[in-house]
Amino acid sequence: MTLRNKRIVMGGEGGQGVQAAADILAQAVFEEGKEALYIPNFGIEQRGGVSLAFVQIGGEPIGSPKFKYAHLIVALSGRSLERLQGYMSEESIILYDSSLLAPPQVSDEVIGWQCYDTIAPEAFAERRLTDRRQSFPEIPRKVKYIFGLPASEMAQNKLHPRVANIIILGATARFTEIVQLESIKKALEERLANKIKRDPALKDLNYKALELGWEAAGRMIKIPVSTGKIFKR
Amino acid sequence: MINQPVVQEEKLLTRPVGEEKRAFMYGNEVVVWAALAAGTEFLFGYPITPQNEIMHYWSRLAPRYGRGFLQTEDELSAGFAALGGIMTGARCFSATAGPGTVLFQEPLSMAEMMRIPLVLVVQQRGGPSTATVIYSQQEVFLTIFGGNGEGLRVVYSPGSHQEMYDFTIKAFATAWEYRFPTLVLGDGYQAKMREPVTLYDPRKKGIDLKPPFPLVGLKGVPGVDREPAHWRNAFSVEEELFEALKPVIDDFHRAAPSLSEKEEGFPEGAELIIAAHGIVGRSVRAAVRELREKDIPVGFFRPITLRPFPDKDIKNVLSACPRLLVVESAQGQLAKLIRIAVGGELEHALKMYAYFRPGLGITAEEVVQEARAILSGERENEAAMSLF
Amino acid sequence: MSEQSMPLSWRTETKPHKFCPGCGHGLVLKALGMAVDRLNIAERVLFGCDIGCSLLSWDFFNLDTVQTHHGRTVPFIVGAKRARPHLVGIAYMGDGGAYAIGVQHLVNATMRNDRILVIIVNNTTYAMTGGQMAPTSLPGQKTETTPGGREPHQEGYPLRGPEMIASFAPGGAYVARGSVSQVQRLSRFLERGLENQLQDRGISVIEALSTCPTNWRTNAVDTWKYLEKEMTEYYPVGELVSPWKSKAGEANRL
Ligand SMILES: Cc1ncc(C[n+]2csc(CCOP(=O)(O)OP(=O)(O)O)c2C)c(N)n1
Ligand code: SF4
Ligand SMILES: [Mg+2]
Repeated sequence: MTLRNKRIVMGGEGGQGVQAAADILAQAVFEEGKEALYIPNFGIEQRGGVSLAFVQIGGEPIGSPKFKYAHLIVALSGRSLERLQGYMSEESIILYDSSLLAPPQVSDEVIGWQCYDTIAPEAFAERRLTDRRQSFPEIPRKVKYIFGLPASEMAQNKLHPRVANIIILGATARFTEIVQLESIKKALEERLANKIKRDPALKDLNYKALELGWEAAGRMIKIPVSTGKIFKR
Repeated sequence: MINQPVVQEEKLLTRPVGEEKRAFMYGNEVVVWAALAAGTEFLFGYPITPQNEIMHYWSRLAPRYGRGFLQTEDELSAGFAALGGIMTGARCFSATAGPGTVLFQEPLSMAEMMRIPLVLVVQQRGGPSTATVIYSQQEVFLTIFGGNGEGLRVVYSPGSHQEMYDFTIKAFATAWEYRFPTLVLGDGYQAKMREPVTLYDPRKKGIDLKPPFPLVGLKGVPGVDREPAHWRNAFSVEEELFEALKPVIDDFHRAAPSLSEKEEGFPEGAELIIAAHGIVGRSVRAAVRELREKDIPVGFFRPITLRPFPDKDIKNVLSACPRLLVVESAQGQLAKLIRIAVGGELEHALKMYAYFRPGLGITAEEVVQEARAILSGERENEAAMSLF
Repeated sequence: MSEQSMPLSWRTETKPHKFCPGCGHGLVLKALGMAVDRLNIAERVLFGCDIGCSLLSWDFFNLDTVQTHHGRTVPFIVGAKRARPHLVGIAYMGDGGAYAIGVQHLVNATMRNDRILVIIVNNTTYAMTGGQMAPTSLPGQKTETTPGGREPHQEGYPLRGPEMIASFAPGGAYVARGSVSQVQRLSRFLERGLENQLQDRGISVIEALSTCPTNWRTNAVDTWKYLEKEMTEYYPVGELVSPWKSKAGEANRL
């Protein structure tokens, strides 16, 4: 049986490192000898606006580089989540950085759970990140699951604020159920080769961030989550 | 001494890509490696999205392999500088998009008239005008028939990074063998996406990259040891032009059958043929595969050369199944080419449906949906054709 | 002109040439031919001619020659020179080609100091297309598109090309204006321009004041008078920038 392809779209504010995370994910899958395609959403607005990245990975040949519905939607900011709504279907899993976003308003139409890492992120988020916090937009469509991961919070408290996207990458990678953590590490190391040469500590820092995300995702997956049907009107 | 190349041909061809290697790359980077592997000496370019990275990668890699680069003042300059370099016997190329492709018509038309092997990579963006910097398939007519003249050009439309590599190399081989300007028609998606590609040394694959030859700067004192090389593109009387042009046109048509290329899939027993080119061909291929898995009889046709067009092949396919859906990110540019290619009786018998999305990407799901709608009689072909 | 007086680099088979009687183009090309002969570089020259009356020179010389498009001879020669630096590149063009439709190429080639020689034939009109106004048409000059005479208030003042180029010419550049009324002197300028390229110093831009009796609708006397008086008054002849000059402040240009 061929491994079915997964479609992933990641979104964030320009500078949050969305493109790097998506690129590394695709690269890692490629290194495993599987099919992979990454394309950034580029355009005149690319500076300072919302930045989207499209990734397709798996065992089947890949058709068009962009797609309508994503299996996995990863949002690092509220604005980007709004942009990502068009890619949601009943099959979609949403992962978002809950330290930057207020928890979703779960309307009757919206299905899912918020799954948090064991630490309660909200208090920290309130205290440190109020100005960066954005409201979670209403999700108009039915989706499969929603997961919140306080990546920025975790990065700031445990590692370094700059590696929030790497925590998200770790979690995203695990959710794909296609790629090994080791491959992501290798791709990440390759990508950061020059920087690591200058500052060897960076390697460990990024590996830790990856692992944090990867493990958090593992815990989130284990938590039983409701399916759409329960919430149907 | 006079026409000494900057770098010896041997070196130009072998150094960049030695052993075959699989890589995960951006399309613009693929173009650069292909040009390096093909022994290209010079890139003359002017920035325009989405081809900028071709210049970025080239300007970094070129010095490593003894190649040259010049950022010119505009596309006219890029094109004419490339023509100058080529006429001295150096493989040169350029890359552009959208409004840049418009400006490139001038050097392209000089290349047609004077048989100068200019290679141009076009990464299509939205049009008309400045439109988007992102993607489209709207530069088909511009690349094949742009310019004042007869469209004496070869245009490849690759659909993957592998083909981008293969056909960029092939473009240099074709241009120098047939001496017609040769274009590789990519698009913003192909330029900016990353996917696997296998790089190789063309010579190890038996690809015949004939050494380039000079048209000017020849050995010996002109008028003493040899005749001077005199090249012109202006003629004083109609007959003179006609005489000069006729053999060029004849050469083009004679070469056409060996130049044209296509891809076909599942034509057997098909009740609907879906045609697309370039990256949209991928969506169509995927859609057709999916439909066939469900025993829905559809096939696909993808011209790889848009000029010369694989006329005979599409005629054959459509004679067996005169029902056609054309899918493109433009308002019927490919559809028009197919109509011209088909011609005659077949054109009357042909039922053509259209899925035109100018400047928009097209997914396999959309193609599946559209094909199903056609097969269940929900679409009218006449209505579709009036969309031209 | 007798065969004896022809420069060696001229091609006898294509003489008499195709320019109108009294046309200055032939004299500019004579000055160039003599310069090429003196330097003995025929084997290395790539001569590019523009569209305009300059295109009539496409088979004029025993030199490898390419006729290009209107205004595009500079980038063509730039590309050839970049690819094969051993060649001696000459871009031969009209004032319309150099100062109007192709002015961006002239300006940028100068900025880059491309090692080429640009020869601009200033005949104050678009000759080939039938005598329309050129950037160089003099105030009051009647042309097909300024039937009442060039009106500076509407059409601006004529462009002094070499002065413009000189204003930002980088070190090593050579800029001059000659005239077909002084062929020997013009030829010396051209020789210097070529030498400048041979010595890999920089760009050479040389304007040649020329005549177009056909479009000026002048007889021999008036043609010459217009050239020597009106034109030369507005467009002073001489070297503007030279790496050989060692004037104070120009030392850095050597
Ligand atoms: C793109 C383009 N626009 C216009 C023309 C028409 N055209 C041919 S020659 C010429 C003017 C030539 O004037 P100039 O450069 O001064 O040369 P001259 O004939 O005066 O020597 C023009 C406008 C052309 N060939 N190409
Ligand atoms: S039209 Fe004028 S410039 Fe042209 S050849 Fe005749 S005289 Fe010379
Ligand atoms: Mg003129």
